[in-house]
Amino acid sequence: MAEMQEYWRWTEYDWHSPEIEWRRGKRIAAGIDVGSVSSQALVLVDGQIFAFSNLRTGSNSPDSAHKAINGALKDTGMELSNIKYTVGTGYGRVNVPFANRAITEIACHARGANFMAGPKIRTVLDMGGQDCKAIHCDERGKVSNFLMNDKCAAGTGRGMEVMADLLSIPIKDIGDLSYQVDQEPQPVSSTCVVFAKSERVSLLLGRIGVEDQFFITGGIAKNPGVVKRLEKELGIQAVKSKYDSQIAGALGAALFADTLLQKGA
Amino acid sequence: MIANYGYKDGSGEFFISIDTDKCDSCADCVPACPAKVLEMATDEYDPLSEKTVATVREEERKKIKYTCAPCKPASGRGVLPCMAACAPGAIAHSW
Repeated sequence: MAEMQEYWRWTEYDWHSPEIEWRRGKRIAAGIDVGSVSSQALVLVDGQIFAFSNLRTGSNSPDSAHKAINGALKDTGMELSNIKYTVGTGYGRVNVPFANRAITEIACHARGANFMAGPKIRTVLDMGGQDCKAIHCDERGKVSNFLMNDKCAAGTGRGMEVMADLLSIPIKDIGDLSYQVDQEPQPVSSTCVVFAKSERVSLLLGRIGVEDQFFITGGIAKNPGVVKRLEKELGIQAVKSKYDSQIAGALGAALFADTLLQKGA
Repeated sequence: MIANYGYKDGSGEFFISIDTDKCDSCADCVPACPAKVLEMATDEYDPLSEKTVATVREEERKKIKYTCAPCKPASGRGVLPCMAACAPGAIAHSW
């Protein structure tokens, strides 16, 4: 029997810098973002990105946190005990057993976006596995206003996975495939994920207000169909970054950990 | 910052907004609310600050339309007790 193809499955991976000599580093800080769908771990050495991983969240948050950090530390020679301070964030943030502190993902995404896309970013959209947040922040990445839509899961990462399976289309192709539809389809309450997302988000942003520089974090930022429709609806382009949008939360958490270390934590 | 707690659904927008810069940590709003919606906590959106501010309790955030309803009769609505108790005027309701 042919093996069933898992259309929803996206690529898990890890990365570490070949240049940074972590043993010479003074501050080793980590951020762990345990989301509803994916988990990331990121390690900073003296404020520089040293290693990270991006994995699927399992049914058990502490397990997922361990897997994520082990993935990031793979082949680096660094061990968990070398990390001086760890901040947990995301849906499962209270279940990161080795974290020194838990910080809400809203604060972490704003801080991460500030690092990834620069201090001019004022509006951050975190489009994640099961909810969507519109965040307004200042030039230091500090949150000044936010709104969250966590009542409706239409158009979230999880919804996108379900849709990929239903349509038997690999998840990475869903966004591009949506271009084949010339006209926007009739509203189908909120059950059509690809289109529902952009509609939802523009409603959220209507309350927050969008300023010139806006940036999208979270897994949905990798779906060009959603991003293009949002840009069209808002009339402005999202700022692009060389970093993976999915690591923003873990990066922000690690940046907070690094700041807390500098403050003598 | 302005922290918006609540949601928007088919029947309207239901948000309690707390201006954490205006909030002076006095906690007078906490006993003023007959439904015990508010509590004091460190500002979870500004992790580097130690200040405690009024927040809407987590379990109330998805049902405040109903929890706040007794204070919002269709006619003869006065000043809401939470807003009346807040001297710096940090609390606002969207509906």
